[in-house]
Amino acid sequence: MPAREGTYGLLAEFDTPGDLIRAARQARQDGWRRLDCYTPYPVEEAAEAIGFHRNKVPLLTLIGAMIGGAAMFSLETWISVLAYPLNIGGRPTYSWPAFLVPAYEWTILWAGLSAAFGMLALNGLPALYHPLFNAPNFRNGATTDKFFLCLEALDPKFDLVETKSYLESFQPASVVEVEY
Amino acid sequence: MATSEVKQVDPGIDPATGEFRVIGQGQTFRSVTEKITRIVLTPHTPLGWFAYFGVGGAGVTVLMVALVWLFLKGVGIWAVTQPVAWGFAIINFVWWIGIGHAGTLISAILLLFKQGWRNSINRFAEAMTIFAVVCAGMFPLIHLGRPWVAYWVFPLPFTMNVWPQFRSPLMWDVFAVSTYATISVVFWYIGMVPDFGTMRDRAESKLAQYAYGMLSLGWRGSVRHWARYETASLLLAGLATPLVLSVHTVISFDFAVAALPGWHTTIFPPYFVAGAIYSGFAMVLTLAIPLRKYYGLEALVTERHIDNMGKVMLATGFIVGYGYGMEVFMAWYSADHWEAFMMWNRMFGPMGWSYWVLVTCNLFIPLTTLWSRKLRTSITYMFILSIIVNTGMWFERFVIVVTSLYRDYLPSSWGTYYATKWDYMTYIGTLGLFTFLFLLFVRFLPMIPMSEIRTMLPAAKIKPKAVTEAGD
Repeated sequence: MPAREGTYGLLAEFDTPGDLIRAARQARQDGWRRLDCYTPYPVEEAAEAIGFHRNKVPLLTLIGAMIGGAAMFSLETWISVLAYPLNIGGRPTYSWPAFLVPAYEWTILWAGLSAAFGMLALNGLPALYHPLFNAPNFRNGATTDKFFLCLEALDPKFDLVETKSYLESFQPASVVEVEY
Repeated sequence: MATSEVKQVDPGIDPATGEFRVIGQGQTFRSVTEKITRIVLTPHTPLGWFAYFGVGGAGVTVLMVALVWLFLKGVGIWAVTQPVAWGFAIINFVWWIGIGHAGTLISAILLLFKQGWRNSINRFAEAMTIFAVVCAGMFPLIHLGRPWVAYWVFPLPFTMNVWPQFRSPLMWDVFAVSTYATISVVFWYIGMVPDFGTMRDRAESKLAQYAYGMLSLGWRGSVRHWARYETASLLLAGLATPLVLSVHTVISFDFAVAALPGWHTTIFPPYFVAGAIYSGFAMVLTLAIPLRKYYGLEALVTERHIDNMGKVMLATGFIVGYGYGMEVFMAWYSADHWEAFMMWNRMFGPMGWSYWVLVTCNLFIPLTTLWSRKLRTSITYMFILSIIVNTGMWFERFVIVVTSLYRDYLPSSWGTYYATKWDYMTYIGTLGLFTFLFLLFVRFLPMIPMSEIRTMLPAAKIKPKAVTEAGD
């Protein structure tokens, strides 16, 4: 990531999820697009409020599932029919009902790994650094009991003074500037 | 009614529903976080922890001794020989895997059914799954005779050009158990990532901050991240559900596919899965009851949890009972001489005592007493019962393995089975290993999922008025 300087954004702290959602919805309505909410537990309504409705995790999982299942079934077929055909009690070398079991397990294995690692990748994690951790009140609250709204400096509407008073109109517990 | 009297005196009961509360009264986001993180982040490890850790460590030592001798001498030190070629190793394998299944049931199936009460017990039940699978997975490997070539079970390109045989249930086992272990670990870890974030932010020592910081992967609680996280959790739960059912089904195929009286039956898959969940819930109780007492978690793991687990055990216990009944019925109804003899021999033969231990521990004691709500919420009784059911389920596997094998078709090949001290040492050793790993987990990782508990607190309820007001 290129080194950046200056302000990352303004961070407003709220005490209840309701206050956060109200502020986030209003900000989104007022045309803010570079904004994010931070909560100590999943608050679906907050994601809805900032216009985040869909994600690609299910698609990745489906792709993983199909690749996993197809890979194992093909491997079993190749091994049993071509690479190392064994006559086990006269059963056909292409014993597809028996092959279904490992193929089924691999479908689940690769679907699960795709869901977990796909989710992390889409989230941009693992991340060793994030400017928000520079905010003095973020670490004490965001993973425990406080609700944050961050309006980011990359948004064209951003102006340090005006945005600060805009955020203060939501009556947050505090508004702080976050540096890179 | 008796319950209305209880309602007034017991603060653990919610007057609105008449049920025990899932979370004790008066908890806040911060108090819950404090309670759970303090167990791990305190510099003062309780003395009792060291005591139990010592016991677990002693068990691990016993296991090491048993394994070293096994690798030096070979599987001949065990009692396995003809006709009982599958002894303690397979019994313990099935028993441990079965115990693991309740963890997945709690973390995955109950999540899909939106059973909020599971949140408190989900994390350590999942940990129990992983450590049980560790213990289970060891047995087929050490049972191989040549454990150093265990990697031959995987379809890897060797210079000898030998490939595995995919029509064998033992091969299916490899994929079922390895997938189960992997998905359980991933599900467990992903579930802990937000909690590692909390630990990182609450840790005071530099080492803890770094360690939990790395483990948390930089989690910062963005609602976009949470949305993907929730989707991934639901998908993992949806995937783990058919997985857990398939794992014990595949394990039951190890038996059911063989043409042996007492094994060759179609009831095995559902009966094994139900038995697995039955014994697994018993193990969750065995672990949860001392933990909540010892760490003062009565507000988070309440009587409601104990009560609900009792109900699940009652239901699965009846399925298991149906399985036993159906085995007896089919032995008669099939009119198969060998099946009928096997059943008679299982009940009244030289090892008949083991069948009656199993029936007493798994059916008579639990299925007569679990009906009573008073007993289901009696902590002492449930602890004792959990030990009884675990014993009973171990004997179930003993009965299936040994009493089917030791007298099969030909009387000239009949034999018997007496476990040696090495068998017992290996079994006790895995109990020690399980305790050892579980205590490490309790000491270093958050044993109750904080982020999931927070969603259940009253403060997490969003007043609809506040939200709609803003929209217009």
